[in-house]
Amino acid sequence: MAAARLPSRLRLPDQPMLRHLVLCAGALVLFYVLTVNLSSYHNYQVGLIALFAMVIAGLSVLTGINGQISLGHGAFMAVGAYTFALVQEHVTLPLALELLAAVAASAVLGLVVGIPATRLRGPYLAGMTLILALGLPQLADKYNSVFGGDEGLHPSQLVAPGAVDPNRWFAWITVLVAVIVVALLANLVRSHFGRAMRAVRDNEVAAMLAGIHVGRTKVLAFVVSAGCAGLAGAFLALSGGVVTTGDFPLSLSIYLVAAMVLGGAGSLVGPWWGAIAIVYLPQWSTSISSDFGLGSAVAANLALVIFGLVLIIVMMLAPTGVQGGVRWLARRLLAARFPRPPAAAGVTAVAGFPEPPAPATPDMRTEQERTHP
Amino acid sequence: MADFRDGRPDPAYGLVVEEVTVNFGGLTALDSVSLAVEPNRIVGVIGPNGAGKTTLFNVICGFVQADRGRISYRGQPMRGHRPHDLARLGIARTLQGVGLWPGLTVLENVMAGAESSVRVDAGSALLGLRRSSRVEGDLAHEATALLQRLHIAEHAGRYPGVLPYGIQKRVSLARALMAQPSLILLDEPASGLSIAEMDDLRELLRELSRDMAVLLVEHHMDLVMSTCDHLVVLNFGRVVAAGSPEVVRSNPEVTRAYLGEEVRPGA
Repeated sequence: MAAARLPSRLRLPDQPMLRHLVLCAGALVLFYVLTVNLSSYHNYQVGLIALFAMVIAGLSVLTGINGQISLGHGAFMAVGAYTFALVQEHVTLPLALELLAAVAASAVLGLVVGIPATRLRGPYLAGMTLILALGLPQLADKYNSVFGGDEGLHPSQLVAPGAVDPNRWFAWITVLVAVIVVALLANLVRSHFGRAMRAVRDNEVAAMLAGIHVGRTKVLAFVVSAGCAGLAGAFLALSGGVVTTGDFPLSLSIYLVAAMVLGGAGSLVGPWWGAIAIVYLPQWSTSISSDFGLGSAVAANLALVIFGLVLIIVMMLAPTGVQGGVRWLARRLLAARFPRPPAAAGVTAVAGFPEPPAPATPDMRTEQERTHP
Repeated sequence: MADFRDGRPDPAYGLVVEEVTVNFGGLTALDSVSLAVEPNRIVGVIGPNGAGKTTLFNVICGFVQADRGRISYRGQPMRGHRPHDLARLGIARTLQGVGLWPGLTVLENVMAGAESSVRVDAGSALLGLRRSSRVEGDLAHEATALLQRLHIAEHAGRYPGVLPYGIQKRVSLARALMAQPSLILLDEPASGLSIAEMDDLRELLRELSRDMAVLLVEHHMDLVMSTCDHLVVLNFGRVVAAGSPEVVRSNPEVTRAYLGEEVRPGA
């Protein structure tokens, strides 16, 4: 396929901060137009999409960029949600500081998990994080005097100014924060830290020889990713006004990984597609269940089945996820509209962030296979 | 057997390996191996398969810890060093094969070679501050210059997987050079290269030795004999010969190591 090159007046600035500011501004305008035209309930769903996009974006950095798999991101969300609720219960702080406390707590847990995770790979790392997703909610049940047991904790919800619909206000705040989070992650990924993360993902031995501290790079990815999950957990607490262990089942962690793959591992736009799937597929499955008169047992699991089917279909059509498919389509359309001069054909632009050749997948090789050059 | 030509090496030597022994279980992979690599010289390590050449590189790089012996660089002992410390010490290494990162473009692969010298904190990177992007710009400029020096600048935006093997080898070398090393360890740089590419490599090695010391593990005898100033021959983990290419070529131990001994009937 002929490569496309946009005319210079249509190209984004190369300087990362400027580039990301332009993209953020565009995204915020788009969301503003969208939210003012949606009903209150749909605004609430936009807020949910934004909070799930935060956690999936963090997971995308961890898995797609750095090659570490986590089946325990639901647990990091739970830590963020409970920290947010506990801080609100015991201290009076501005919302921003409450959110920062949630980020800090989950980032600390990310550090604690990330250090041993540097020695684990593939299925072993997946197993360790799975235990986290299973075990952490049990802790909250055990210490119910602190965490509220089945009743949970009840953080106050966002107070909308003036006549603004509370759900629209929730959507605006969540989308604003999610866009900022994605922009910060994009800055990180485009810096030498992001390059080191991708180098570690592709070949640890070569990374070490290039002077990259593999352990530190992996821990950094875990801390950043867990921090994003904690922030998303805090917004989940804000959205419902209640935090219980039932909000963070194991299936949530599985959904998050599936949504990350669906959107495109390693992409920071892909998580928005994955988040849309997380929010809408259960709703559609409920509609299908009631339309076809399916039993409650079938209805309860139909969402996972549909998610799995969608994932299979997307992987067959676009192995790099929905975002990869969108980019491929966009390149084709651009190539038709703005063909590249023949002399430069075949050479990808150095500036920017060209599409990697294959979808990033966690490395399943053993320690010995990878460290013995 | 030691390789030192005039008794103990001068501390000003680049790399000094003294009496290094490595055992893997019951197998002795390196047995009291010694060698020295002076600045601006090309030292070759040769020997049949399984002689311990790559193990020697792995010990120098910190992938394998020596059971006995000492390694020092520029007079400083290297004890318990880790592979990621090498670049900071001024030592670079290429891997057998190419060992490039397939998900990074050629330019990014080379830029990552300077990772140990980048001083940008995570906060600046996260916020996309000018300091971070300026460092990235400088690195890209430096990497492009290096690619031009190796005549592969036109591949900067491509991914390594689509490039011919010879080009990938050059990218791998460019990545090692990006750290501006004073010693470069090359693990079979000529494997898989065509005759023309081998000639280019020969020229390149001579050019590199003007700026740094080169320690070379290689099977191609023509290349080794025509470029190295000094050779160390390993067999079954031991140094069986050392000296100039002429001296090594005429050493009967070397012939035996490579060709074996004639078996007489009834012997």
